[in-house]
Amino acid sequence: MPNTVPENSVGIVTPQCLHFDEPLLLRSGKSINSYDLMIETYGRLNDKKSNAILICHALSGDHHAAGYHSKDESKPGWWDHCIGPGKPIDTNKFFVVCLNNLGGCAGSTGPSSVNPDTGTFYGPDFPVVTVRDWVKSQVALMEKLEIVQWAAVVGGSLGGMQVMRWAISYPEKLRHAIMIAVAPKLSAQNIAFNEVARQSITADPNFHNGRYLEHGTYPKKGVMLARMVGHITYLSDSAMRDKFGKAAEPINSESIAGNFGRDLRTGKLSFGLNVDFQVESYLHYQGERFSERFDANTYLLMTKALDYFDPTVDYDGSLSAAFANSSCRFLLMSFSSDWRFPPERSREIVDALLEAGKQVSYLEIEADQGHDAFLLPVPRYIDAFTTYLQRVSDEVNS
Amino acid sequence: MMRPDLDIIQHWIEPGSRVLDLGCGDGSLLKFLKSEKEVSEIGLEIAENNIRLCLEKGVNVIEQDLNKSLQNFKDKSFDTVLLTQTLQAVNYPDVIIDEMLRIGKNCIVTFPNFGNWRSRMYLFFRGRMPVSNFMPYEWYNTPNIHFCTVRDFDELCRDKNIKVITRTVVDHRHRGSWMIKLWPNLLGETAIYHISR
Repeated sequence: MPNTVPENSVGIVTPQCLHFDEPLLLRSGKSINSYDLMIETYGRLNDKKSNAILICHALSGDHHAAGYHSKDESKPGWWDHCIGPGKPIDTNKFFVVCLNNLGGCAGSTGPSSVNPDTGTFYGPDFPVVTVRDWVKSQVALMEKLEIVQWAAVVGGSLGGMQVMRWAISYPEKLRHAIMIAVAPKLSAQNIAFNEVARQSITADPNFHNGRYLEHGTYPKKGVMLARMVGHITYLSDSAMRDKFGKAAEPINSESIAGNFGRDLRTGKLSFGLNVDFQVESYLHYQGERFSERFDANTYLLMTKALDYFDPTVDYDGSLSAAFANSSCRFLLMSFSSDWRFPPERSREIVDALLEAGKQVSYLEIEADQGHDAFLLPVPRYIDAFTTYLQRVSDEVNS
Repeated sequence: MMRPDLDIIQHWIEPGSRVLDLGCGDGSLLKFLKSEKEVSEIGLEIAENNIRLCLEKGVNVIEQDLNKSLQNFKDKSFDTVLLTQTLQAVNYPDVIIDEMLRIGKNCIVTFPNFGNWRSRMYLFFRGRMPVSNFMPYEWYNTPNIHFCTVRDFDELCRDKNIKVITRTVVDHRHRGSWMIKLWPNLLGETAIYHISR
């Protein structure tokens, strides 16, 4: 972190581990008898306990959404652009709760935890968890924190799907549902990318059918590949052109002028299988970094949760019927260059909410950064997010 | 202060009804209807600043261009659909009116009356497209591409078999005198129609 804590940062934060003894019956029919959830909170719960906001994380996120764990931590939490004093999710006004979802690998019970029944790592035996199961465990967390109703439940991407599940299954427990860069369910293309990621992991010789921890090894190459393919889907073509089209060593001046993002790594082509272009080494770096912190089995579970998510499944395929009992107000925001969950996918949700006669606002933000835009300080997005939550604060803090 | 044409409109809105405002601007009307009539409101808007102002007021707003399509709105999914001072700025006014009547059980349309004597005088004496405080644009840069008169709109309603529930025409101070009732297309500046199928 910077030498002094920035004014709009929550500063140094300490995660907490909460233990739950009530068994959790899962969608699959299996159950988990007891589990831990790793959480972080920012801000102060008001006397009426009405100003709590739940943050749901996406595929690779965790409980560390804002601030720094120590002075040595180089980067803040994953949503630091949006959480902090004076930021959209203003910690001067709200009590913010973020958790690492069940099945995660940042401290909550997951495949890399030890199964108390067997004394060895869960590994591939950890049950498949769905968005519905996560939200169920988040309800248990809510009760433990003695919060009766969230001022808002907020999430982007897979996080937004959890928000949707909250609005559908626990309508009285939230006032506002804020979903960013979301889709009602994955398309075949989305599932296809997830399957490539899963195959990369399971095909790694070090995967050992998911029992790599017992073998004292790790499918690093597979996780790297999975992340690399995933990462491409988070960026847009134009974001990549920008990112890799301005360095000092293009092939020739035209390649910069055309801005194809073809910056070279060393200044010349290798005419071999070496890494020639910046984008290649960037992907390698991203994959490498990710493989150091993320568990392979967790990655498999998270992508499955994404694939399985379909809120219409109990409602004969009708999304508007799914929302029939929702009583919260909705805000959706999408980004123009997001091709993973493009604006049309958000519109499907908006239209279903309109059909169901719900209160909904929707913004389509012009942004070049692709799906990742929801994590970035895109001015109009930040401004609208702030404006909306200011209203929410007026409602719950008055 | 409430725009007087909006004050007239509110009497036609059922308390607690669901209202869609096409081109809702900064959300003032919907906010007013929300607090006075407890309506469940949705506004459509494309101007970024207006969208922000709606969010600031706590008015539900959807970023959608009403010139493109309203097909995402189901038949009779709203009690009242509003189009205030926007008709003259849309690409296909007749299509919008049809869509409004499809989506809403009843509709309210307000527009500046181009048949007003001031416009007639301006065109007659200067031979140029009228420019005024209310219509401050030149012909080439105006967003108001489909001006019409009270008589034109009456004609459209007749052609399309649209039922005019109430027609109110007011002057620039938004008063409706007996003279305006007598010569609405000549003296009226703002036309306010309450219509249904």
